[in-house]
Formats: sequence, C-alpha cells, structure tokens
Amino acid sequence: MDNPRPTHVDLAQSFHDSGVRDVLRELDKTLIGLEPVKSRIRETAALLLVDQARRQMGLATETPTLHMSFTGNPGTGKTTVALKMADLLHRLGYVRKGHLVTVTRDDLVGQYIGHTAPKTKEVLKKAMGGVLFIDEAYYLYRPENERDYGQEAIEILLQVMENNRDDLVVILAGYSDRMDRFFGSNPGFRSRIAHHIEFPDYSDPELLHIAENMLAVQNYRLDDGARMAMEHYIAARRTQPHFANARSVRNALDRARLRQANRLFNEGNGPIDADRLSLIAEADIRASRVFRGGLDMDKIDGDRLDVRAANRQAAAQ
Amino acid sequence: MKLRQGQFSFLPDLSDDDIRVQAQYAIDNGWAVSVEYTDDPHPRNTYWEMWGHPMFDNPDAAAVVFEVSECRKEHGGKYIRVIAFDASPGWESIRMSFIVNRPATEPGFRLVRQEDAGRVVRYTIESYAAREPEGARYA
Repeated sequence: MDNPRPTHVDLAQSFHDSGVRDVLRELDKTLIGLEPVKSRIRETAALLLVDQARRQMGLATETPTLHMSFTGNPGTGKTTVALKMADLLHRLGYVRKGHLVTVTRDDLVGQYIGHTAPKTKEVLKKAMGGVLFIDEAYYLYRPENERDYGQEAIEILLQVMENNRDDLVVILAGYSDRMDRFFGSNPGFRSRIAHHIEFPDYSDPELLHIAENMLAVQNYRLDDGARMAMEHYIAARRTQPHFANARSVRNALDRARLRQANRLFNEGNGPIDADRLSLIAEADIRASRVFRGGLDMDKIDGDRLDVRAANRQAAAQ
Repeated sequence: MKLRQGQFSFLPDLSDDDIRVQAQYAIDNGWAVSVEYTDDPHPRNTYWEMWGHPMFDNPDAAAVVFEVSECRKEHGGKYIRVIAFDASPGWESIRMSFIVNRPATEPGFRLVRQEDAGRVVRYTIESYAAREPEGARYA
C-alpha cells in the first residue's frame, strides 16, 4: 500500500505546486506594511514546506505545533492575517478544511456552572479541520475573580490544543501588554504556542496607502486636496484617543462617503456622471470632527444635550 | 455473538480513521451526524440515548471522532453508534447508521416461545444482557 519514499524532493516545485506562492504573493500585494509579520509568515511557510518534505522522506513523524499568538494594537490586521494563515495551512495540508472560526470570550465561557465545558467544546468542534481564532484572548482569564468560568474554558482549550494537534490550529490574538500578562499567568499557554507574531503599528504613509486601497476596492478615489486632507487627518487622528490604525481609517472613509453622498444630494443640480459619484473631495474629509479637536467634541455635544434635557424637564414642571 | 446492526457490521470493527472518513462523507452530503449509545441491543430498539446534540454545523469529521472518544470514556462498555440524519424534504430520516463501539462480551439473544390459544406459538427474541437492569448489563 505504502508509496515508495522519494529519494529527493524539489522544494521549489512543491512551493509552486502547493499554491503557497500564490498565498504569499497575495499577502504581499494586499497587505501594506507589516514587514515583520510577512517575514514571519514566510519563515513559517518555509518551515512547513521543509517539514512536509521531511515527512515524505520519512524523517519526521510528529505534527509540528502550529498554535500561534498574534499581538498588536487594534486595527493592525490580525484577523486578516489569520484568514490568510488558515488558507496557507490548508494549502500545505496542515488543516483539512481551512476555515476560520472567530470567537471571543462570550462564545467560550458560559454563564452558570456546567455551561462552559459544552460551550467551549461546541466551538472547538466547529473549528476542527480549520483554524480557531480567539480575539482578545486575555479576557478568558480574570484574575480578580477566582470563581470565573474562564479558567475552565482555558483548561479545555489547553487539553484540546495538546491532544488534537492534528485537527485544529488555535490562534490567540490581543493587545501586546495584556497578552503578555495573560501568558504570564497561564504558563501552559505560552509553552503550547510556538509562534508569537508581533504586529507593528502602521506608519502614516502606510495608512494613506491603505485608505486609497480601501477606496479603490469600492470604486472611489481621492482628489489631490482630499489626499492632503487625509494625510492631515491620519496625523491628527493618531494623537487622539481610541486610535485603531486601519480600522480608524476605514471608519473615517465610511463617514467621508456619507458626507460625499450628502453633498451630491444637496448640490443636486443637473445630471451627475460616474466620475463625480466616485470622487471624494477635500471638503468631505475636512468636515471631520477630528480636525476640530476630536472625540472631545462629542462630550461638548453631550453636555449640550444634557442642558437641553434639563431645560425640557424644567419647562415640564 | 457479534451484533450485526447498521452499516459495516459484517466488517471488522472500524478504526477511528474509518469513522472519520465515513462521517466526513455524511457531512459532505449535508447530513447532521450524531453519536448515540445504548445497553439494550434489541433490533427494534431504535431510539438510543443521545450523546450531545446532533452536529449540524461542523465542517470537519474530526469533531465526530472527538465525540465518539468522549462517549467511549463514559460509556465504553456499551454500544455506541454514529448516525447521519438527512433533513432534506422527502427524506427527513436517517441515511447512515453504524456501530463504532461494542461491549467486550456480547451474550447474544435467546429465542422466546409463547404458547397461545389453539397451540399457536409466538416467537420473539430477547437479549440475555437485557435480563439485567439498565446500567448493569455489560461489565
């Protein structure tokens, strides 16, 4: 039954045949920046290819540990990379289906005694044959409450990560400092995770590039003024609280599209061509409250609302 | 006497890998796979105890093998089967059913004769194991 073992392997050939090259190329093309992440993924892919070849020749028998942790600030592309990683592992034959199951604490931890174990197992079963992505994994462990059910979920996770290594790959994701604390208090996790990948923040030019890519996908474009405004926007937004890298950019663009639609509607004279429909102008971006001191504006607005509510109450009495 | 019920029952016992391949076939066809166990081997005992819920949305059969081994830990001395339910209109029934675990010793069935009016004899079978109360039937 056994196929005779090959006497030599062509790594370049298997690199090409497995489709890994396509995934890596796509990764390079669609992900902007993130150089350390890309190089780590290339290394991992190389390791897996070599391992595959070693297995074909009968040199390796154990499945390598593929569990990973992605740490980085919000909006640095952790989920996107996880999706690509699932694809990559699938093409290399390390997971059978290559689907990604994204969960957070709520999906794993139950609300009463005896609820957690079935819930966690259900999720793990769903992820088998694919990749389980646990976002903000540090929430699983709550040291301030020793009866927290998170601990139970962690134990089951660890057990399955160890015993069913062939069946699923677990990726933990979260902010760097909190993940460090999480691993510190759960040494079992640290030792079972072979690949720790750190996601750096994007630089301003990278974010601008990302913004243009996002718009291009939706058939929008920025004119020169708008591009300048976007540059200023990114620089200003970075200094304000709750900055979430690419996610902030996406939200900004969503609001810019809203303003653009509103502007076109209000101008509303004569026919509008495709070019005008897909052009985001400087004014659409400059109108953002980020240029007027940022989110604190909300608070002022909120206070004003409070005053109004108080007035209304006074009037009613 | 080895119990011959469901698919593959005349073959040697299925390995975990065999179970995985069969369950994957069911999943690929869109059938919900579930694990059941019993200690009453009577052929007309169609409703076995459910081990967990049917797995409606697991794309990979590793989950089935996982549940089978979990079930074995708890009910290793009983019969365990894997069934695949087809919910599509017109079927709404079991498409696959095969035993994946059996007790160490299977005492088999005895023939019971009942004398009826006019020298009529009614026949039925009874498992020797089923004479013991539930839970005490197999070692």
